[in-house]
Amino acid sequence: MTAGTAGTAVTAEAPGRDAADAAAQAAREAVFDAAVAADERIEPRDWMPEAYRASLVRQIAQHAHSEIIGMQPEANWITRAPSLRRKAILMAKVQDEAGHGLYLYSAAETLGVSRDELLDKLHSGRQKYSSIFNYPTLTWADVGAIGWLVDGAAITNQVPLCRCSYGPYARAMVRVCKEESFHQRQGYEALLALSRGTEAQHAMAQDAVDRWWWPSLMMFGPPDDVSTHSTQAMAWKIKRHSNDELRQRFVDIAAPQAEALGLTLPDPDLKWNEERGHYDFGPIDWDEFWDVLKGNGPCNDQRITQRRQAHEDGAWVREAAAAYARKHTGQHGEAQA
Amino acid sequence: MSSDTWPLWEVFVRSRRGLSHTHAGSLHAPDAEMALRNARDLYTRRMEGVSLWVVPSAAITASSPDEKDPFFEPAADKPYRHPTFYEIPEGVKHL
Amino acid sequence: MTTTDTTGTGTGTTPAPATAPAVTTAALALGDDALVLAQRLGEWAGSAPVLEEEVALANIALDLLGQARVLLSLAGDEDELAFLREERDFRNVQLVEQPNGDFAHTIARQLYFSTYQRLLYAALAADDGPLAGLAAKAVKEVAYHQDHAEHWTLRLGDGTDESHRRMQTACDALWRYTGELFQPLDGLALDTTALEAAWLDSVTGILTRAGLTVPAGPRTGAWRAGAGRQGLHTEHFGRMLAEMQHLHRSHPGATW
Repeated sequence: MTAGTAGTAVTAEAPGRDAADAAAQAAREAVFDAAVAADERIEPRDWMPEAYRASLVRQIAQHAHSEIIGMQPEANWITRAPSLRRKAILMAKVQDEAGHGLYLYSAAETLGVSRDELLDKLHSGRQKYSSIFNYPTLTWADVGAIGWLVDGAAITNQVPLCRCSYGPYARAMVRVCKEESFHQRQGYEALLALSRGTEAQHAMAQDAVDRWWWPSLMMFGPPDDVSTHSTQAMAWKIKRHSNDELRQRFVDIAAPQAEALGLTLPDPDLKWNEERGHYDFGPIDWDEFWDVLKGNGPCNDQRITQRRQAHEDGAWVREAAAAYARKHTGQHGEAQA
Repeated sequence: MSSDTWPLWEVFVRSRRGLSHTHAGSLHAPDAEMALRNARDLYTRRMEGVSLWVVPSAAITASSPDEKDPFFEPAADKPYRHPTFYEIPEGVKHL
Repeated sequence: MTTTDTTGTGTGTTPAPATAPAVTTAALALGDDALVLAQRLGEWAGSAPVLEEEVALANIALDLLGQARVLLSLAGDEDELAFLREERDFRNVQLVEQPNGDFAHTIARQLYFSTYQRLLYAALAADDGPLAGLAAKAVKEVAYHQDHAEHWTLRLGDGTDESHRRMQTACDALWRYTGELFQPLDGLALDTTALEAAWLDSVTGILTRAGLTVPAGPRTGAWRAGAGRQGLHTEHFGRMLAEMQHLHRSHPGATW
């Protein structure tokens, strides 16, 4: 087998054929467990439990899908951005999301799945993307709110992933986090301009924050007591903090930022709790969360239809380039050092 | 592989002159020329590089984790390859 | 109206360019080209044939938008010029406002336009004119745009039967808008005859290598050559502008 540095993962085989196999298997498991315990990184060609591999594929794929579906709500405003400066910023941001999708698909590919397989699963609904992107961007202020709140929540989630136990995922996240540092700031800046602008602009900003606040809190996933994947993911150090812990961290950061913006967060229960050293906040509407997750959000169909359409419309282009490469192998097969 | 599938390439970036190329990540491209261009667009858009290599992922032969011990452990007991192994009288300079 | 009359004696509503020095007129024309093409390329976001191409098209769009901002700023306030002018006051060539169509149409438009821009900026960078500084930077960007268009033209022209057919159709359809590129531009001392010869040479070479037929027929549209530079555009353009300008215009005097 040849395998790139991003090679293919070796996974558990069928249960041992004999005692020697069983012993070898136990030894491999011990090596894996020790590496995770010692905070070492697992690399693509290391042995890993099949469930670890499957869990990573699921999470990285969902993350990658979220990046590329997440292009849509913001791309919705590229052609209408109200200044050339904002247009350039937004184009660069949406481009970054394509790039981040690419980094993440690459990380998933080191686990022995192809991007085509993953895209198939996205297009057929067998793999998910973050539900937040099933909400519509109705006004320009939504672009700012996404940058501030959605990217803010994403960053809170992602920073700990830079220390995830799987090497390629952790490295992809380092790159993503580094590049995303401008995403949240540009959103905040855009909202600030609106908040301090005309009355109509201020109202637009407040309306956007009203609509994006709760869905942003849902981005951290269900509460710890009902989260199905969390415990094992934390034991494997794929995940470092619980959903509720990260959600609280985000609320603590966002609440004073809202004040500085001159905007109100739509939660009457939101207030500083001196005793806890955290902000208290009101109950989240988990029925809405599960409903959107099940496909009943405002834009579920629209997002997947557009994605599938782009993929299908592009098929002849991808085929043409592949056909050209086959015809010209040798002539074009070599890279220049 | 379906007719519209492009192979995977590994990308190496020289971040500035004087440094060696470092693995940056991977991407898909139909051929080497396009791989180089995709690598430029994806991995150097924030001035991360001055030179690029692209290599078909399938062309890389990697050491196997199973061979880790025979490959890399024997180097561990040869401290005499490192300057700190040697004791030099105090005050002797430029050694 | 002569083809060198770029002041727009038609029904334009903003007289600003008429009183501006010649270099302003040129900056406006080239800035509008870059702005309008960036806007068109921006429409691709989220719909490119493959993820790698999302990144590539956005890079090109961002280069063009950057050029547009520098050029328009030479002529006035970039946002006022981009968002508050009427259709008849835009000076871009009709080629760049043509709809994206399929990927082949976008690539054909890129090939024709980036080849023109590369030759134009190389010429401007070489002389001592007021746009030399900008051109020296931009020529590197557009050289990459042409490289991108060339590689895709080869792959689509010499890929599958379908891609060949689509690429030939696109090249034929846009050919009529290419004559306009070589009308003299007020304020720029350009040898447009030499520019056109070099362009034909370059484009012919690429199309031939791609196994495509160099389109026959007139290289000017139903609108006479130079129409875009005089503020006469195709129907698509009004809709593009409506989309681009509506938010800015809905909030007069607001800052963003």
